[in-house]
Amino acid sequence: MACQGLQKGETLASLKTESDGLKKKLEVERGKLNDVELHQVAEKTEVLGALSIKTRRVLKGHGAKVLCMDWCKDKRRLVSSSQDGKVIVWDAFTLNKMLTSSGDGTCALWDVESGQLLQSFHGHTADVLSLDLAPSETGNTFVSGGCDRKANVWDMRSGQNIQSFESHESDINCVKYYPSGDAFASASDDATCRFYDLRADREVAVYQKDSIVFGASTVDFSLSGRLLFAGYNDYTINAWDVLKGNRVSILFGHENRVSRVKLSPDGTAICSASWDNTLRIWA
Amino acid sequence: MSTNNNIAQARKLVEQLRIEAGIERIKVSKAAADLMSYCEQHARSDPLLVGVPTSENPFKDKKPCIIL
Repeated sequence: MACQGLQKGETLASLKTESDGLKKKLEVERGKLNDVELHQVAEKTEVLGALSIKTRRVLKGHGAKVLCMDWCKDKRRLVSSSQDGKVIVWDAFTLNKMLTSSGDGTCALWDVESGQLLQSFHGHTADVLSLDLAPSETGNTFVSGGCDRKANVWDMRSGQNIQSFESHESDINCVKYYPSGDAFASASDDATCRFYDLRADREVAVYQKDSIVFGASTVDFSLSGRLLFAGYNDYTINAWDVLKGNRVSILFGHENRVSRVKLSPDGTAICSASWDNTLRIWA
Repeated sequence: MSTNNNIAQARKLVEQLRIEAGIERIKVSKAAADLMSYCEQHARSDPLLVGVPTSENPFKDKKPCIIL
């Protein structure tokens, strides 16, 4: 039977074999450079002291689950959106462009003024739940995470998927770049958060405990990148030592799932949004 | 013809994986050292790490002094 599109010697089976081979090769290549674990290198660094972070404000006013929030550039105000339909939050970055991710599995870059689609990004095989832009100094890339358990790094100009990481065991709910832009963290329904270094092209840390069994929905780094704050469906926020891999603090207070955590622009506080209809500011 | 779609998809996957397999990588020891050094460099200016005096932190309540 003539098959159009196949080149000489190629069959569906041979392409599958080759792609399986390449996947194995990727694993092997990444494995070769795993000469040490991050937390082992971090043994040289000082242990963190106890954090004195607690709730300083409780903002009540929404009539339903608070799903998302962000800080304003003036460092004092923040905007949040809720199922009560009250506030709209835009995910925007410089130059009037907007990056979106969708349940159709793609990401898209739009010019806000003209409404034109500038670039689309295909590669996820299920809903894309989160994306984050690389800090401006490190260039035009962004990372996306989704229900296909993959975290992908993209070149915004070419639309090319540059790197892909598949170590989570369930949906990735949130991805966030490390402040230097050389790494990113992810939060997943598999109850772990993970840390990936982009130059080593592999996962370098997993933040988990046997006692943590509920999904992580959100992550954000402190200013120096040493702390990773993660919000969970068991209503808590855990602060992890990014380098050593252990949990430094648990922040209790919310009475329902934590949907979002975000660091204030000057790094002095964390805001958390929750299904308990409140936002908390921790400092 | 759906077989053509499968082939096209399979070829796309192979091409994508070739790109990913071919990128330059560095050792975890080097990457980790860089991450650590970034943390150390910026630790002093990380308010959640080192703490900020109550008088300068807009979120902490300022309690007035009481002379007993």
